[in-house]
Amino acid sequence: MNKKLIKPGNYFMNGNFACAEAALIAGMNFYAGYPITPSSEIMERLSYRLPQVGGHFIEMEDEIASMAAIVGASNAGAKAMTATSGPGFSLMQENIGLAVITETPVVIVDEMRGGPSTGLPTRVGQGDVMQAMWGTHGDHEAIAYAPSSVQEMFDLTIKAFNTAEKYRNPVIVLTDQVIGHMSERLLVKNYEEYEVIEREIRKFPDPIGKVHDFSIDYVPMVIAGKGFHYNIDSLTHDEMGYPSNDPKIEEMMVRHLVEKIRKNEDNIVEYKEYLTDDAEVLIIAYGITARSSIEAIRKLREKGIRAGMLRPITLWPIPKRKIERLSEKIHIIFVPEINFGQYSHAIREHTKVPVKEIHFPPGAVPDPKIIIRNIEGDAT
Amino acid sequence: MINLDFESEKVYNTGRAPINIHAFKVPLGKVHIIKERCKECGYCWTYCPKEVLEKSDYVNKNGYHPPRIKKGKESACVACGMCEAICPDFAIFVEEIKNE
Amino acid sequence: MIEEAIHPKDIYLRSDRFPHIWCPGCGLGIVLKSYVDAISKLDIPLDHHVLVSGIGCTARLPGYANVDSYHTTHGRAIPFATGLKIVNPELQVTVISGDGDLFNIGGNHIIHAARRNMDILVVCVNNFNYGMTGGQHGATTPEGARTSTTPYGNIEHSFNLPYIMASLGASYVARWTSLHVRQLTKSIMKAMKMKGFSFIEVISPCPPNFGKYNKFNDGLSQMEFFYENSVLDNNADLSEAYIDFSGKRPLIVGEFVQRIRPSYIELERDLIKRAMEEP
Ligand SMILES: Cc1ncc(C[n+]2csc(CCOP(=O)(O)OP(=O)(O)O)c2C)c(N)n1
Ligand code: SF4
Ligand code: SF4
Ligand code: SF4
Ligand SMILES: [Mg+2]
Repeated sequence: MNKKLIKPGNYFMNGNFACAEAALIAGMNFYAGYPITPSSEIMERLSYRLPQVGGHFIEMEDEIASMAAIVGASNAGAKAMTATSGPGFSLMQENIGLAVITETPVVIVDEMRGGPSTGLPTRVGQGDVMQAMWGTHGDHEAIAYAPSSVQEMFDLTIKAFNTAEKYRNPVIVLTDQVIGHMSERLLVKNYEEYEVIEREIRKFPDPIGKVHDFSIDYVPMVIAGKGFHYNIDSLTHDEMGYPSNDPKIEEMMVRHLVEKIRKNEDNIVEYKEYLTDDAEVLIIAYGITARSSIEAIRKLREKGIRAGMLRPITLWPIPKRKIERLSEKIHIIFVPEINFGQYSHAIREHTKVPVKEIHFPPGAVPDPKIIIRNIEGDAT
Repeated sequence: MINLDFESEKVYNTGRAPINIHAFKVPLGKVHIIKERCKECGYCWTYCPKEVLEKSDYVNKNGYHPPRIKKGKESACVACGMCEAICPDFAIFVEEIKNE
Repeated sequence: MIEEAIHPKDIYLRSDRFPHIWCPGCGLGIVLKSYVDAISKLDIPLDHHVLVSGIGCTARLPGYANVDSYHTTHGRAIPFATGLKIVNPELQVTVISGDGDLFNIGGNHIIHAARRNMDILVVCVNNFNYGMTGGQHGATTPEGARTSTTPYGNIEHSFNLPYIMASLGASYVARWTSLHVRQLTKSIMKAMKMKGFSFIEVISPCPPNFGKYNKFNDGLSQMEFFYENSVLDNNADLSEAYIDFSGKRPLIVGEFVQRIRPSYIELERDLIKRAMEEP
């Protein structure tokens, strides 16, 4: 391990710096970005730190370029990342699709702020949840982690790189302004304790004989300059990488892209449960909102309401089997979000119990009192 | 305009070497036509400096008339390579005949 | 005398994909020819050549060359190529894409790549319109020209590509037409040997779209126009090098800029070295 990586130990650090340091531990060696509040500290930190470990940092002309550059860099063999917030995330969508169709591992950090449009640059929001899933056009599966502490920002950033490599798919770290900007305790473990998945790069001469294989979930990636002379295409393509108009080819390709994630859902999905064992009322919350919810649960339990929480760590894929199972013993689900109802829609698909939305307008950390008031009003 | 000296111009000179006027023979070329690739743009027969080529009556599988060698021009090709260079469809090339 | 045989350039092509999709008389096949001719003559290992494109008729070109190729999204070939090149400077990264791709939707990227003196070669095939989508007007459509979206004639001023690229600091700037095959090949070879950002504009016929709307019946008539109006002038005043089809002004071609300026890769490698040496 590089001796210029952050040393194991205890730190008091903000989420953005934690994300940057974690990316270095994960082996990221290419970062391209464009400044945007509240994520800019990630790129500022990396402009200083990446060259120290021999990596590449470039500030691009916009987020479209940043996204395209990391897909290019990954195709040259790098572990690549960018970080942004709502407006920039919108601009990145088309080339997130490029990463999907070319099966290029990359990591995108999106720090949610208030929207729509330029919205509330310096204040928290959770309005990009559906965009993270459906922002880029066409059929695909998304993988998005939602950290709810600085520690998780660190740990999940490393995991995001691993998952991206494992499934050759873009992976999103979907966090928010508060997590990015707040400072709290961070424990950096000894490097050996971190799992870091290195990319399996295909060796020339090619044992497979084609650039893609739609019949298996994972084939080692072909990178530029190794002698393969393959075509890698944003158009619907066959296994040789050649463009095709054939609906049968489209079906084979898309089925592969979707299935390689769906089949492995159980390995990808992560969540945490709080006091769900005896819960009658379930809160499903993520990111900063989950922290307000814990406070709310404590107070509700003091008042005799048996509330518990499911906190999806992967917002996408959604922990649907867990939601289904919990739905058997609880009678209502509350979904507080810093938006006017997004993740709640996805939850409804996997439960028969009523799903109540608790809307928090972007701009502030959700007040536990409002969560409590909503639950008291409905649950009793 | 800024025009710095560009080293070793000759290395990059991809044109034919200037014809040695002391040599006795002008090179002879053998033209190959890949008829099924042709799209009948007419560039080869228009830009052949020796007017060796013309449109043929043959119709290829895509409905185009590839070039052919004009009657009486069978040994007129000087292997200048223009037809090969200008053909957008990689449908014609020329082989220089080595005259011993 | 005539017989079917294998084209000597087929080894540099994905010949199983031939005939290509381009229209009769389209200049793109000639640009492909020049590219493969150039790489076949240079001393750069074939495995190091990478072709990147955006979307459009021109952007299909990399798919026909037997090198590592990336057909990316509309307008984004240059940032994609930037990522490739920075990670592996050993690669000879060439972007070949259309005028619309590089200067309309991707305009922001090309000006910044030139400013950075990013070590890539960009070949812009300018057919004065969006060929792929049916011949709509773009930033390079000459004033007055007709296209499928300028039925009354184009009222917008058009880009003068070499002038823009030279002013932005590109290390190498040239313009040819698809008739100037040999010069184009030589130019590509030169540009690949340059450090920093190189730019070559290739004026090219698009018979069914720009051609049809502007009284060029076929590719040949547009080639004839290039033949009659091209003037080689390496020292041209580039501010005067814009193009119209009035036939009243020369179509200036040549190698306009060749200069040595620290390239991005050189500067970045130096920066990394300094940062790594810091205690
Ligand atoms: C984001 C996006 N917008 C629009 C298109 C549709 N489109 C495909 S090719 C093209 C124009 C290509 O023009 P140019 O780059 O000049 O290439 P040409 O076809 O003329 O070679 C357009 C607008 C697209 N593919 N993506
Ligand atoms: S090689 Fe030259 S002379 Fe011979 S046919 Fe072709 S263009 Fe004509
Ligand atoms: S230049 Fe090529 S495509 Fe055009 S007519 Fe001649 S052989 Fe056919
Ligand atoms: S539409 Fe124009 S640019 Fe496209 S293949 Fe046809 S001639 Fe070439
Ligand atoms: Mg065009």
